Amino acid sequence: MARIKNIIALSPTIKRIIFEPADGNLFPPAAAGAHVIVSIPGPTRVWKNAYSLVSKPGKRAQYEIIVRRVTHSRGGSAWLHDHAEIGQMIDLSLPANLFPIDWLAGKHLLLSAGIGVTPFLAYLAALKDVGAAFELHHACKLSEAPAFEALLRPSPHITLHTSRNTLNVTELLARQKLNTHLYVCGPASFMDTVTEAATRAGWPSAKLHTESFGGATGGAPFKARLARAGITINVGPEESLLEALEAAGINAPCLCRGGACGECELPVLGGIPDHHDHFLSDAKRAANNAIMACVSRAKTPELILDL
Amino acid sequence: MNISLKPAETFRGDFSARNSDDAILRFPFPFPEDAYMYAVNIEPHVRGGPTAAYDAVFDIDEHYIGECEDRALTLIDDPLRCQVLPHMRLAEWDTLELLMESLAFDYPSLFELHRQGDQWRWVNHPLGIDQSFTFGDAETLPYPPFEYITRQVQGDFTIQDQRENNLFMDGGMVTSQADWSLNFDLGMSFHEWHGPVPVAHELGVFDRALAYLLRLQFGKPVRRLNWTLTVNPRLDTSPENYPEWGPDKATITPENVGHKMCLRVELQTLTRLPRSNAILFGIRGYLIRLEEVVRVKKWGRRLHRVLRDLHPEIAEYKGMPRYRQTIVDYLSAFDDGAPTNSGTAPEQSRL
Repeated sequence: MARIKNIIALSPTIKRIIFEPADGNLFPPAAAGAHVIVSIPGPTRVWKNAYSLVSKPGKRAQYEIIVRRVTHSRGGSAWLHDHAEIGQMIDLSLPANLFPIDWLAGKHLLLSAGIGVTPFLAYLAALKDVGAAFELHHACKLSEAPAFEALLRPSPHITLHTSRNTLNVTELLARQKLNTHLYVCGPASFMDTVTEAATRAGWPSAKLHTESFGGATGGAPFKARLARAGITINVGPEESLLEALEAAGINAPCLCRGGACGECELPVLGGIPDHHDHFLSDAKRAANNAIMACVSRAKTPELILDL
Repeated sequence: MNISLKPAETFRGDFSARNSDDAILRFPFPFPEDAYMYAVNIEPHVRGGPTAAYDAVFDIDEHYIGECEDRALTLIDDPLRCQVLPHMRLAEWDTLELLMESLAFDYPSLFELHRQGDQWRWVNHPLGIDQSFTFGDAETLPYPPFEYITRQVQGDFTIQDQRENNLFMDGGMVTSQADWSLNFDLGMSFHEWHGPVPVAHELGVFDRALAYLLRLQFGKPVRRLNWTLTVNPRLDTSPENYPEWGPDKATITPENVGHKMCLRVELQTLTRLPRSNAILFGIRGYLIRLEEVVRVKKWGRRLHRVLRDLHPEIAEYKGMPRYRQTIVDYLSAFDDGAPTNSGTAPEQSRL
């Protein structure tokens, strides 16, 4: 359990939320790239959203996250913007890290867009701490530039782009030395642009690290029949299969809640999944016998799960 | 936890190490059934289990002082038993933090940890250590942080870096190993360092174990048991020192097998480290003479059946062919053919 220690508006749409341990002790240490899952207590349901920690890695007295109000919020980010107050108690998961720094890199090239910069705020502290070579390029809307300028404090190694036209990824990759590692975090279109440029440049996959965010989005409602439990649950248009399972009191495994880690894979016995994850192989997708419950939905009115 | 530590015993030379009745009853006997085959036998590492060896995150027992002294002797002869690659700096501090916090919590009468921000003071009563240092500053400790703390804990440790969807053995303190070498394995990937293990590759055990470990979560450590046989209670059965201990295998006779032959069990723990995202692999070894094992009736019966029926390739890998029959003949006297209950708990509270 954590208590909200402070809330700082960085722009009309971006807030920094600072947590402290509710019991007066210390949080567990967390590394650059780690996230926590915040249980957001809405009026009718609990949202569980993953947020990167932006506090200095290893700092145990407080955790900090930065939350952008999503335009078509399902409720989680809007609640944090409109209803979160200093002193409130919030449940945080233990930190997990699906986007760690590779310390064998000779140089770290960090590319982000929009709110995807958050893991890199922790990266910068860790990299500067040991004097590692790095270069960061961040793309954002002109209207949000002041907020990101304040967060990043541009320098020779940190460049802010208010138009994606000034960020020429192909040219940037071409001038990197061997043993540079590329880290990318941002919305899907940005991730696609960068990873396609990296593929064209022959960038080694072992030196490309991606963290997608956005997590669950809504869609058409469907039913999930749990073959072993013998029950059927309804998945509403604004909730994920994982959230519907949790609402039904089923303790389903999960870790990233963003379709990346593979932890929430469930066997599918019937129906056709609508895959939105980044984990399953093409062959596995085509087989239609597994689904990542945190982000994927159904193309058929009903899915039958081996659960 | 209330434990009494023995004065230093020897795990070489005259092999004075013995297990008290308490130590026998708390032994982590590895066979839940009367037969053995490789499996991904991983379970959550939570406090509590079939014997008292599972009561702490890192188990300290009556052999603590002697095992730490044996490690120090081995390191004098061969400093390469402790190596950590330079990119594992954070994992070194992770290890020190985890071990100090766990030991001070589980054994407050033996270890104390006092912290004020980055200023730490570590007190180890059994070894007479009182060390103040700055967390994160290796210059303030007499050894690098990983070596410093693992010199003071029973069992071997390796640290695995996670990258490229794989684990790499990029550091370790290995002085009580069952015939494998850190100096040889350092830097290897998961399948590479498991290369010599027979049968299990074909079963797909390592593919599944790796996939599982890559998703190991902070705060949810896991454990498994491994076992082999060792002549004499010798901690350092390393390839580097094979000339020291290899010839012992030829000394086993029907008369001395019960006293000299030891069952060697490793309580292995895997813990995700929070600062480095590396995995700490603890290999906590226990040695028990056959004459000590058979004092627990269930274990005597079961060990006879397991070794009698063991897959020949596994017996070969564990170095048994030369004396397997001698062991089985000895153990057969303690197997009355009665059925055994599943699970590893001793089912008797005194010997």
